[in-house]
Parts: sequence; C-alpha cells; structure tokens
Amino acid sequence: MSAGAKRVEQLDRVVIRFAGDSGDGMQLTGDRLTSESAQLGNDISTLPNFPAEIRAPAGTLPGVSSFQVHFADYDILTPGDAPNVLVAMNPAALKANISDLPQGADIILNTDEFTKRNLGKVGYAANPLDDGSLDAYAVHPVALTSMTVGALDGLGVSKKDAERAKNMFALGLLSWMYSRPFESTLRFLERKFAKRPDLVAANKAAFQAGWNFGETTEDFSVRYEVKPAKMRPGTYRNVTGNQALALGLVAASVRSKLPLFLGAYPITPASDILHELSKHKRFGITTMQAEDEIAAVGAALGAAYGGALGVTTTSGPGVALKGETISLAIALELPLVIVDVQRAGPSTGMPTKTEQADLNMALYGRHGEAPLAVIAPKSPSDCFHAAIEAARIALTYRTPVILLSDNYVANGSEPWLLPEAGELPDLSVEYARTPNGEDGRFLPYLRDPKTMARPWAIPGTPGLEHRIGGLEKADKTGDISYDPANHEFMVRTRAARIEGIEVPDVEVDDPDENARVLVLGWGSTYGPIGAACRALRQRGLPIAQAHLRHLSPLPANLGEVLQAYEKVVIPEMNLGQLAHVIRAKYLVDAVPFNQISGLPFTAATLESMLEDVVKNG
Amino acid sequence: MASPTVELKLTAKDFKSDQEVRWCPGCGDYAILAAVQGFMPELGIPRENIVFISGIGCSSRFPYYMNTYGMHSIHGRAPAIATGLSASRPDLSVWVVTGDGDALSIGGNHLIHALRRNVNLKILLFNNRIYGLTKGQYSPTSELGKITKSTPAGSADSPFNPLSLALGAEATFVARTIDSDRKHLQSVLRAAADHKGSAFVEIYQNCNIFNDNAFEMIKDASSRDDHLIRLEQGQPIKFGAEGQFSVVHPEGAFGLRVQEGGDALIHDATVDDPAYAFALSRLSGSDLNTTPIGVFRNVQRPTYDEILQKQLVDAKAEGTGTPDEMLDGLLNTADTWTIL
Repeated sequence: MSAGAKRVEQLDRVVIRFAGDSGDGMQLTGDRLTSESAQLGNDISTLPNFPAEIRAPAGTLPGVSSFQVHFADYDILTPGDAPNVLVAMNPAALKANISDLPQGADIILNTDEFTKRNLGKVGYAANPLDDGSLDAYAVHPVALTSMTVGALDGLGVSKKDAERAKNMFALGLLSWMYSRPFESTLRFLERKFAKRPDLVAANKAAFQAGWNFGETTEDFSVRYEVKPAKMRPGTYRNVTGNQALALGLVAASVRSKLPLFLGAYPITPASDILHELSKHKRFGITTMQAEDEIAAVGAALGAAYGGALGVTTTSGPGVALKGETISLAIALELPLVIVDVQRAGPSTGMPTKTEQADLNMALYGRHGEAPLAVIAPKSPSDCFHAAIEAARIALTYRTPVILLSDNYVANGSEPWLLPEAGELPDLSVEYARTPNGEDGRFLPYLRDPKTMARPWAIPGTPGLEHRIGGLEKADKTGDISYDPANHEFMVRTRAARIEGIEVPDVEVDDPDENARVLVLGWGSTYGPIGAACRALRQRGLPIAQAHLRHLSPLPANLGEVLQAYEKVVIPEMNLGQLAHVIRAKYLVDAVPFNQISGLPFTAATLESMLEDVVKNG
Repeated sequence: MASPTVELKLTAKDFKSDQEVRWCPGCGDYAILAAVQGFMPELGIPRENIVFISGIGCSSRFPYYMNTYGMHSIHGRAPAIATGLSASRPDLSVWVVTGDGDALSIGGNHLIHALRRNVNLKILLFNNRIYGLTKGQYSPTSELGKITKSTPAGSADSPFNPLSLALGAEATFVARTIDSDRKHLQSVLRAAADHKGSAFVEIYQNCNIFNDNAFEMIKDASSRDDHLIRLEQGQPIKFGAEGQFSVVHPEGAFGLRVQEGGDALIHDATVDDPAYAFALSRLSGSDLNTTPIGVFRNVQRPTYDEILQKQLVDAKAEGTGTPDEMLDGLLNTADTWTIL
C-alpha cells in the first residue's frame, strides 16, 4: 500500500462518525480507527452511541448504531460536537445523523443499501442521492457491499461473511483518506479471527480493497494528514472509562494487598466492568455474577466483612435495589465500593444513554441518616484514578463509597498516560489483631481518633469474636442499644466521620485571574465544560473553571472558591442536583444549566450559554 | 474446604456470649440455642473460625447469643452475605440462621440460589409458621385459611413446603428436625456440619405467643408416634405406636404412600436423584399427619466455594513477578505507544 500521488492537505483536527445497523460492526470499526490514530500519536476522544436493542430490525432508525472519533494534533477534551465526515452504511444511518452535520461535511454512503425498500423503511419518499437534498454536503457514493464482495471473490468465504467484511472496506478507505497507520488493525484481525484463517484473509482483503479504492478513485482527490499531538512523554494506550475503572480496581487490590471481591448483576452500561475483572483472577480477584442486585452488594459486603476489598458495580436501577444493604454497610462501618455507571432514568429509562441524575440518590437515597462518601471521575482515563481514590476512602475510613461514573465516560475513550504501579498510592490497611479494651475485651466500635474508623476485625482472628448488625449499637462496645442519647451520639458520629474524610482542595482554572464567572461541574461534564472555557478565553472572554471529584464530603475550600466569583454557573445532565446542594450548603445563588437529552453537552452549547452569562451577567 | 480441626477443650459455655437473651419466655428458640451451643464443641473448630449470619426476625437474633463471629444483617439477605463471606474465606465455618418469613418470603431468591450454587453454608431455618417479630401475621408456611391480624378472613395463599422448595433447588443436604427433641436436633446438626456444601435444615419451632402448639401433633407423647416418621439411613421407613405403618412406593405411582403393613422402603439419603427425597417431603403438608424428620437428602457435588478457589489457584499459578510488576504488565497489555 503506497501513499499514492494525490494531493495531501494538513488538518489540525477531524471528527469522523461511522453509522450503520447494530450488526454492521460500527463500534469495532470506530474502535480500530481510534487505535490507528492513537498509534500515530494524535490526541483522541471517542463517543459511541448505540441502542439498547441488540439487533433492532435491520435498516430501521431504532437500529442505528454509531461511533464518533475525534483526533487532533493538539490536546482535545471532547469527542467533537459535529462530525466532519459521516460514513452511513444505509439510509437509516444517514437519516439518523444528517442533522448533526455542518454544511460541507463529507458523507460517504453505501449505495448498495439505498434501495427503494430500505429508503421506504425510514420514510424517504425519494432517494436523497438523487433529489438534491444533500447538495450542501460533499457526497461520496460508494458501492461498499458489492465492492467488498467483489474484492473477496475467490477467497472461499460465504457471501454472508464477505458482506459482513464491508466495515473493513470502509475502515480501509478512511484509513487511506486520513493517512492512518494500519499495522495494528491487521494484527487485531489476526487476533480476533485466530480460529478462522479464512476470515482473517477476508477482512484484510476488504481493508486493502478499501484503501486501494481511495488511492485509485477520482472521487477522493485529496488525502489528509493530522500530525501527532504534543503530549507528555510516556507510554500511552487508548482506554474506555469502564476499562480504566476495572483496571483501577485491580490496582486498588494490588496496592492494598487485599483480595478483590466483586459481586455484580449484569446491567447496561456497567457490565463491561464485570467482564473485565473476571479476566484478572491471577490477581486474586473473585467475581461473582449474583442472582440479583441485592445479592451482588450483599456478597460484596460479606466478603468485606471477611477482609476483602468488596466491590459491587451497577447502574442507577441497581443502586436503588442495593440501598438497604448500603445502609447496613454504613451501620456496620465496613469498607465497600459501589460503582454506579449512570444512565438516563427514571426506571429503565434509556439504558444506553448518559445522565448525571443519580447524584441525589447517591447522596441521600437511603433510609435514616445514612451518609457516605461520593466521588465522580471526569474522563475515561480518570476512572482509573477515581477507582483507586474510592478504595482509599473506603479502606481508610471503613465506609461505603459510591463512585458515580456515567455512560459517557464509561464507553467513551481517550489516550491514557500509563502510570507506574509502584508510584500509585499505598493503600495498605491493618486488620485488628489484639483486643483494644480493658481486661482483654474487644470493643468493635472504639474508633481511631484521627480517621474515626472502627477496627476491622475479621473472622478467624482469635480473641476478637464479636457480633455486629443493623440494630443501633452502643458506642465502643457495639452492643444493641436503644438509649436515646447513644442514638443521637451515633447518628452525629456517623455524619462527622464522613465530613471528616480528608479530600483534596478543589482547584480553580482561572488563567486570566480576572474572571467574574465561575463554571462549576462534576463528573463527565469536565470535557465539554473545559472545551467551552477554552473557546471563550481564546475569544478574550475570561472565565474560571472548577471541577468537583468529591461530592461527599465536598472539598474544604469550596465555599471560599464560590464566594470569590460574582456568578457561579453549574451545568449538569440532570435538573440541577448539584446546584441544589451548593445553594443549600453555601447560600450561593448558583445558576443551574441543565440538559437531560441522554447525550453529553456539546462544547458549543456550553460556550454559547457561558458567553451569555459572561457578557450579560 | 473443611475448616481446620484442632484439639480444643471447649464446652457449651464457651459458646455463650455476654448478651442477655431476649426471646419470649417459652419460645422454642431457647431450646435450639442450647442445642447449638451444646453441640458446637464437638466440631473441634476454634470459635474464631465460626461465623453466624442472620437476617431479620425472632430467629435472627441468634448470632448475638453465640460467642463466635456474627452478623445480624437485613431481612432475607443472610444467604447472599454469607455467600460472599464463604466464597472469599473458605477457611471459615459459616452458618445462616433464618426463619420462615426471612428465608421463604423476602429472601426466597437468595435461599434458592445459595442452594443451587451449593455454597458451603449451613442454613438453619426456624419454621414457626407465623411472623413473630412483627406480631402475628401469617407467614409463607402458614396453613391455607390461617386467621391472623392481617388475614381476618383467613389467608388465601397456599404455603410453601420448605423441604420441597429446597429440593427443587437441588440442595445437596436437606433435613428436618424439631426444637424440643434435643437429641434428634443435635444429630441432624452434626450431619449438616459434616456435609460439604449447602446444608438446609428446617427446624420446627414453637412460637408460644402467636402460634402456640403448631406442631403439637408430632410433639405430644400421646399422638406423635402415629404421625412422626423418623428417617434413619439404611432402615425401613416405618412408624406408628407398634410400627404398624410403612412408607411404600406403589408400583406405577409417582410418589410415596403410607399404608398399614407391607414392605417399607429402605431409606437412603444418598440417592442422587432428588425425586426420592422430594417424594418423602410430600408425605407431610400443613396438617402434619405423616411428617418425616431426619436427613432426607445427603449427596455430594462440587461446592461453589471450591470451584471459585480452584479458578483462583489456577489463575494465580500463571502470574509471575511481584504484584506491582504484574499490574504494570496488565496496564501495558494493549496497543500502546510511546512519546519521547
């Protein structure tokens, strides 16, 4: 595959969206282009978007699955607002995505699928290829399916298998267009189809045919290059939030020297964490697919009682079911990590779409006064460090911790500068070994004066036999107590010990140091908020950004930070849950800005909103 | 994995905690507690390696009174919590104490799945056929038509037969005993403790406040002989004051029958097919008219705990280097690139 003799243009960034049927392999195709771009050294950010249905009826709008990748020669914060290129594998994919495209965008269409029947399925009265409705775009009609089948003629694969390789044809064409290194894709195909050499050959041939088509056809007169980004030295890999979170839990297990026990029930979009962790048993990790969400957290709590790092992973509906057990963990004062990969609710809602609407549930969604720690990752790779931080708090303070990821960071990906294991925090803990009371008595609720944590006395330890439970406990002894003063003391103590958790101060990014407006976010909105702030500053509009990782307890300096600005704006993918907390706790007239569409904010949306606040107050 | 046994000179007293027992005077739970505390020393297991986990209900106060490790958890969830503990700590002897409401109503799902998985748990279900702690509502084992505070016109739902349910989940050890028969109770507990895997023991327990004398027919000396069937491994299943009744398997019938005289079936709890033990469990219903007690089923199959442990051991054998080195290796298993 030579570079060819076509004109080469330099770009600083490109956003490409692949869209097709759920069974067309769009996620995989996007993933490969991402990997190729990462290999080249671009900064990248991705956004998969797919239906909950595994295979909705072919060619229909509900069945459209897409994957967007943004790559650039500088550091980027989001997967991009609008695609420069759309690859549409069928009319449904075109119809579902066309409204996101700016004028002049490239559209590559698989003409084989633009049949009368398929057009009719999605309500196209006329073929958009012919009726002038795409005149504002640079349309490239390509007979993707038939050219793929033709290219594989003689390789001995079935027509069905040949047709299925059309995504590799598309990938080959895009790889040529954007001068991507493709060796990693060829290696990937060898791994993926290791047991089917015929499919390795077929998919490689399809990729090559796509590449060659780009090189030879006159329809593509320009080839583009996007140079490597200037990134911090080190070794990188591309990682999704769910992968990073799972790896962070492995790291927490290694760095605490505790066996990890995961209890989980399959649920979108959290199941990939269970899948990933179940592959790493060599680290002493036990994964249990429980009979339900309640059993999953119960088993994790039982393992924590026995001295393990107990973890349960789920999404919002699962957290609702786990509530009673989380309250028990609060009463027992045992370490437990609960991962909530948030999705759009209420009820089943939109399982594959994102939202940040479980914050209230995480903070308050239990019976009684039941405080715990809550933290949220800000990007896919940050999920790794957030998981370690969740484990640190749980183990140090013997408390349940809710880690609020969401579908956007969980399935999105970005380059990750790999840390050295030896430089990660040391999470070592000491189990109780000897009685701590007078006359050799063991007091299970005698607290560490600094952390207010009670001793972790695990079964098997001679002399520390004791009973714990959900009934109110007397201070120090842990005996059942209905004493009014004791209950008041214990409720206040449980609250104080969460408030007393040491968390880092929130940092403020205010490069001009003259901003009047602070935009405060939490969790996955970090990317779009950051991109919007950058854009405003480039236009000479000062704005400050602060982003919360710790939602409970809040950083000690937050009140001071909020008071330093005339205006505080809080964008959230919910109806203003953090804004309520901030207004109630700090008496700050924070302005909520809310989007509940199941999609992440675009940088443009936030830029326009923030511009208005900055200019008009 | 068997718990380590050592030479220990423990007595029943060693298993009594310093907590005041707070059941109603006359409650059957006292007898069960005394029987358990009295039998524990026989196991030769150090107290620190024994854990009692319970849910909610009168019976679930049990762990507070045992001088072992214990957790009084939440309603119905004890089997799930105990599964996590047992699966991660195969060195422990883990006991679940539960009741008819706790195990069969709110916690039914966890019970059947613990049994299906054959987790190495000893599950003691105190069945008094009533809700005691909430003061007298009918339970999932109350007889149809039971008149209680919540069912003044009589309950409309048929009860579970707990043993049939456990056998439907293919529990590997299933037994029934009675609170007041200490010798029998302890013999069943002994067999349960010896069993590798889930052991399910239903204990008929009298609630003298809300459902007094529920099991009197099989307890009272004047009536019990004609209604109580004592299952003994390898012995013919006969009962009656003169041994005049036999349990037989009529030709062509699905289940077992009671008849006067005839060739009694020889009891064998080790029959692999759960249908036999299930047929035994169907001999008694709400009326207790012909009620077998003893070990119904006692078979071996791999436990959940040992399968998980084997997977861990096999996987760990593949790991090389220090944990940090292994972690570095894991983080680097992907298409990586280096920026200088």
